[in-house]
Amino acid sequence: MDIAAIPSIPPETFASHVVAGRGRGGRLAHLFGRRVSVDTVRLYALLACDSASRFEVCSSDVQRTASGGTSGPAYPSMTPHWPAAQALEREIAEQFGVHPLGHPWLKPLRYHASDDGTPAPWGPFDPARAIPGNCEFYRVEGEEVHEVAVGPVHAGVIEPGHFRFQCHGEEVLHLEIMLGYQHRGAERLLLHPNAARSAIVAETIAGDASIGHATAYCAALEALAGAKVSLRSAAIRGIALELERLANHVGDLGALCTDVAFLPCSAYLGRLRGEYLNLTLEICGNRFGRNLLRPGGVRFDIPAASAERLRKRLEALQRETLEVLDLMFSQSSVLARFEGVGVLTEEQADEIGMVGPAARACGCRRDVRCDHPHGIFQFSHIPIAVETTGDVYARAVVRRLEVQRSLEFLLEWLGNIPSGNTFSRPGAMKPSAMAFGVSETWRGEAMYVAFSDEAGRLAFVKAKDPSIHNWFGLALALRGMAISDFPVCNKSFNLSYAGHDL
Amino acid sequence: MLQILRTRLHQGHRTTRFPLELPTLPDRYRGRPGIDPSRCPEDCRACVESCPTQAISVDGGLELDLGRCLFCTECVDACPEGAVRYTHDHRLAASRRADLVLSGGELKLAQRMADDLHRILGRALHLREVCAGSCNACDLDTNVLNTVGWDLSRFGIQFVASPRHADGLVVTGAISRNMHAALLSTYEAVPKPRIVIAVGACAISGGPFAGSPEVNNGVEGVLPVDLYVPGCPPHPLTILDGLLRLIGRMPPVAG
Repeated sequence: MDIAAIPSIPPETFASHVVAGRGRGGRLAHLFGRRVSVDTVRLYALLACDSASRFEVCSSDVQRTASGGTSGPAYPSMTPHWPAAQALEREIAEQFGVHPLGHPWLKPLRYHASDDGTPAPWGPFDPARAIPGNCEFYRVEGEEVHEVAVGPVHAGVIEPGHFRFQCHGEEVLHLEIMLGYQHRGAERLLLHPNAARSAIVAETIAGDASIGHATAYCAALEALAGAKVSLRSAAIRGIALELERLANHVGDLGALCTDVAFLPCSAYLGRLRGEYLNLTLEICGNRFGRNLLRPGGVRFDIPAASAERLRKRLEALQRETLEVLDLMFSQSSVLARFEGVGVLTEEQADEIGMVGPAARACGCRRDVRCDHPHGIFQFSHIPIAVETTGDVYARAVVRRLEVQRSLEFLLEWLGNIPSGNTFSRPGAMKPSAMAFGVSETWRGEAMYVAFSDEAGRLAFVKAKDPSIHNWFGLALALRGMAISDFPVCNKSFNLSYAGHDL
Repeated sequence: MLQILRTRLHQGHRTTRFPLELPTLPDRYRGRPGIDPSRCPEDCRACVESCPTQAISVDGGLELDLGRCLFCTECVDACPEGAVRYTHDHRLAASRRADLVLSGGELKLAQRMADDLHRILGRALHLREVCAGSCNACDLDTNVLNTVGWDLSRFGIQFVASPRHADGLVVTGAISRNMHAALLSTYEAVPKPRIVIAVGACAISGGPFAGSPEVNNGVEGVLPVDLYVPGCPPHPLTILDGLLRLIGRMPPVAG
């Protein structure tokens, strides 16, 4: 859309305006800042009205002089009224030194300097202290209360993050998660003069969700150019997206088995995950789907013979996978460790703006593939998998259902890929325009928002990994649990550190 | 119980016979790039300009730096003469950074670690992985070596939780500023003699994030590296090949 057509709200009423959208069924899909002049940071809020398949967008110019003092630019925070904004407002404060007044827990999100050196509300950036975990944590006081600090280097072969538990005996009273260790400055590289480099950066913001990210990234850039991709490209993108979902869900279900010591399924699902990655390898030469998607279509076609071969392999994998999942979900020792552990209510999930399978496990019916149909999902409706108990069990069941449905989707479309070309370079971008793309990655909604300047050049790209909405959910889920439940809870979410840290 | 046994039977034996036999890789798999400088037209810089990470140079002859290469297809598409193409060769790991620069000849593959080191670490190598600004893909395809498909422990190699139990580090990621200190402390906690293995383009050169002020462009200058495994991410086969070369367990048949 034309940037000039985006409603501009005064900063004083921006928060209440956005929060009012919640009453109309809105979900805070994104809230971010963009520097538009030396003294002005423009805040953008994107509300997803999922049931109406609609997005609302509004903006607000926050100026350095607006607060009238020496404390830098400021506006009233929306987090006290809508906790979904908490991490996003911290991001704005960190990137631009803009102060969300009244934010209840204002602290660094990733630990880095602001874009122009404006000090953040918590003070200037100090590279000598540059460890995200080196900051204030919420503390529970009491004679028998103790604190457990874990990370950034953990026991397994996994990403770095810092977890601070407040415990009474085994019981976790509070968990605070501090990330930022994976911060690579990815957003700036999305404007790299080499277009392929920018696309690769989008693919590697969260490398286990390359296809999901690339889908949203390409959609944003294509929309900015008014380009449409062929049905064939859309189908191949959809196939790759569902393969990515399968690999990750299957792998995580296996890892959940590892965490509750049911080793047969852990071994089988760990191996099966690789089989799904190998199908992606067959399509585009890389197990993580790198270089498959580019604005304009896909770089690799799936010829009929190859599609048939993939379909045959998938049929065999379907039999194997479903048998192993039947085994997993029929073991009382597994179910006993899943049920009632790490519970989140639908109200909590809604309040903090959760997305993806973790939200669906709490009863929230939201799935970008159905709510905002795009690409191949306009022609193929994958039913939303929902559970209600909000525990590890529910998150596992939702993933199992999604495995089944992705398999059905793939078997259908691999036998029936529409004809058409696979790539046509998008034309020039519209000048002074904004466009966004979304996709339902296996963790939930990824979003890219792209802006062009007056000359029709790419001027700004904002990336979002779904994890930024869900990390807070993991922290809440641990309340009242035993600290030994952390691994299985963590794995049931399996959020991206890199995607959060950008 | 019967169900467990039945599923077990259906699953069968799944461990690859590598390194005795090479698993089949699909046609589109992109292994070591093969370059043919003799095909380069004069003054052509098409590949250089297309490369997202400046992995290619033509001044003084066509050269491709595997440490920077993301194994994308830009140069292959850009080259009018087919001077760059991908081979099926999964063997990419090298002992020295300079060995990763291809200039038309053979790639000098990783050597066995020095004898005195090999006496201590060659038959039981315990590694601690440190992820420091990766996208998680290198970590995942390293971890995959622990699955039944690869069964890394049959070679005496294991990933351990504590650096104090480790003989070396596997480092992934471009070395973000925020992980710099934690990486150094982890390294210090590893008893000597210790080794460092850099897995993936990020750890070797910064990969897609090279040049960002938030990263160090890889582990170079932070820690001494004993094995470089290029790729974005490297295929598990490439990582395993590198590890086996390092401990001298690669039988001559598999090259």
